Amino acid sequence: MDMKVSKKLGLKERYTMMTRDLAWDTTFQPMDKVFPQVGYEGIKIHDWDKWEDPFRLTMDAYWKYQAEKERKLYAILDAFNQNNGHLSVTDARYINVLKLFLGSTPPLELMAARGFSMVARQMVGAGPRVACMMQSVDEYRHFQTQIHSISNYNKFYNGLDEFAHQQSRMWYLSDGKSFFDDAITAGPFEFMVAIGFAFEYVLTNILFVPFISGAAYNGDMAAMTVGFSAQSDEARHMTLGLECIKFMLEQDPDNLPIVQRWIDKWTWRGTRKLASVGMMMDYMLPKRIMSFKEAWEIYFEQNGTALFTDLARYGVKVPKCFGQTIEEKEHITHQSWIGFYMKPDACPFHTWIPAPDELDWLSEKYPNTFDKYYRPVLEHFDKQEKAGKRFNNKTQPMNCQVCVSTIKFNEPGDPMEMCFRETVYKGEKFHFCSDHCKEIFEDEPEKYVQTFISSHAALQGKCEPEGSDVNAHDYRPGARMHAYWRMDKRATGDFNGSEDQKNFARWRAQATKN
Amino acid sequence: MTLLKTLAPYDFPSSDAVENYAGRQLLYINWERHRMFSRPFVLALPPETPFGEIIDTHMTDCFSYHPDWAQIDWSAVQWLNGSSPVVLDRDKSLADNGIGHKDLIRFITPGLDGIAGSGY
Repeated sequence: MDMKVSKKLGLKERYTMMTRDLAWDTTFQPMDKVFPQVGYEGIKIHDWDKWEDPFRLTMDAYWKYQAEKERKLYAILDAFNQNNGHLSVTDARYINVLKLFLGSTPPLELMAARGFSMVARQMVGAGPRVACMMQSVDEYRHFQTQIHSISNYNKFYNGLDEFAHQQSRMWYLSDGKSFFDDAITAGPFEFMVAIGFAFEYVLTNILFVPFISGAAYNGDMAAMTVGFSAQSDEARHMTLGLECIKFMLEQDPDNLPIVQRWIDKWTWRGTRKLASVGMMMDYMLPKRIMSFKEAWEIYFEQNGTALFTDLARYGVKVPKCFGQTIEEKEHITHQSWIGFYMKPDACPFHTWIPAPDELDWLSEKYPNTFDKYYRPVLEHFDKQEKAGKRFNNKTQPMNCQVCVSTIKFNEPGDPMEMCFRETVYKGEKFHFCSDHCKEIFEDEPEKYVQTFISSHAALQGKCEPEGSDVNAHDYRPGARMHAYWRMDKRATGDFNGSEDQKNFARWRAQATKN
Repeated sequence: MTLLKTLAPYDFPSSDAVENYAGRQLLYINWERHRMFSRPFVLALPPETPFGEIIDTHMTDCFSYHPDWAQIDWSAVQWLNGSSPVVLDRDKSLADNGIGHKDLIRFITPGLDGIAGSGY
């Protein structure tokens, strides 16, 4: 008797059975009641089957690839840690990049994981649902691996232990938190434009330059390996974001103005978020890769122009903020560093004035602006510090109601002037850092009147450490912010004279001298 | 016209409404062309606070770190509320000077343009 052997499935059939075939239309309840979120933003989808899966990956293959990457990653992390790899970084100032990164990025990866798992539930088509589910798991993995790779530094250096507590409380972390809070409280399509497209596609390379390349240049194998391990995931995320944009635009011409407004909004919000990333590149990496300005030219201006040329056939225009970001690339990193430098008590990482050769590097990289606007004040600060009068500003900041950056950027066209914008909504005044943030507010004021601004909340008495007596005669709202933030005193202040600086020098000497 | 779209009624109070400050109001202060201080600072004060107290206490505490502070000719100082020029009397209160909740007071010190004229 002949055996009947069924034919092995081809890749395409197998892919279809493991993705599209797993979905079904509901019958006990109408589809629009089960998936209400895909309709309310105004995006019209006529045929979910037209979604082109940008990468054909089934869940079983996904687990296999990811597990392999994890094994390699943890082998390198273990080796790095066991060999005291932390002592091989360029100098101890580098570790402050990790402190800023740890507070600002892994918590946002976690928010991305939550966002994509919500969108995976909300989307109707099986293609986007599977892709979003995988991206959600990726983001969770990035959140964990970033923390794991940096946790070894926590055994040796100050300021790394309270990042989770500080994330939703700290003044300078509010911009990133607000970015994701805004995205995750939007509908699924706006979330996809915000995170999938604007952040992952348009801006993600700028984040990876200082992190992966910066780590590699400065001898941090641990952080570098985490970056490389995430890179193939990022490539998938970028194609998902782009496919989602194209899908919306192909489905109905009415989608174009909605999508365009989101592209304008989220490219700007992402740009503001990256000011502190640029500062890491120009000021915090002891060995620099390229200037923020150069990175912006390559990854935003050139790549962005190519991308938007490609999208022009759908009627999409370059984001409205494009011109302003090009002007600002000469300024924002210097403005950001001065903002952090003047608050040595209010950051769990150290700041410093660049060494003379580093100031020369900045002059060379920013020939139009650095010597004219920024070098004189940095040299003034340096003299003051050497005279025992290190700048230490004790005031609370004014923030933009939308991006929650401190209001520190210059008026377009005039680097000497601060840019202010304001509007009145329901009898209350609101302030912004730019025309773009003002427009975002005016489009949806109901959303942004709830923004958490750390200095305002403190002045309302909402930022008090546990055990505060609000009835005490000398109670003053906001006076105990350091305790509220759980700030480790050793982690604050100038890098010069810090415990990290001394320990690093001592340990490295032990490793290299008798 | 709001562009906000939601699945359910969406009505939440402002986080920074004046009622939340227990009889005080927010005031932002900025010294123009002195960006060493990075951004304006914010205070919460009763509306009856004399404006002179803002200058003598809060502005002095913050801005006297700058070498230009001692050079200011106070008779030449120009004041702005947001982008509108205003005349402020140091002996009058915030309320009597017409300064309301979340107003931004900017002051211009003619002839003083920061360290080496850099605006910082």
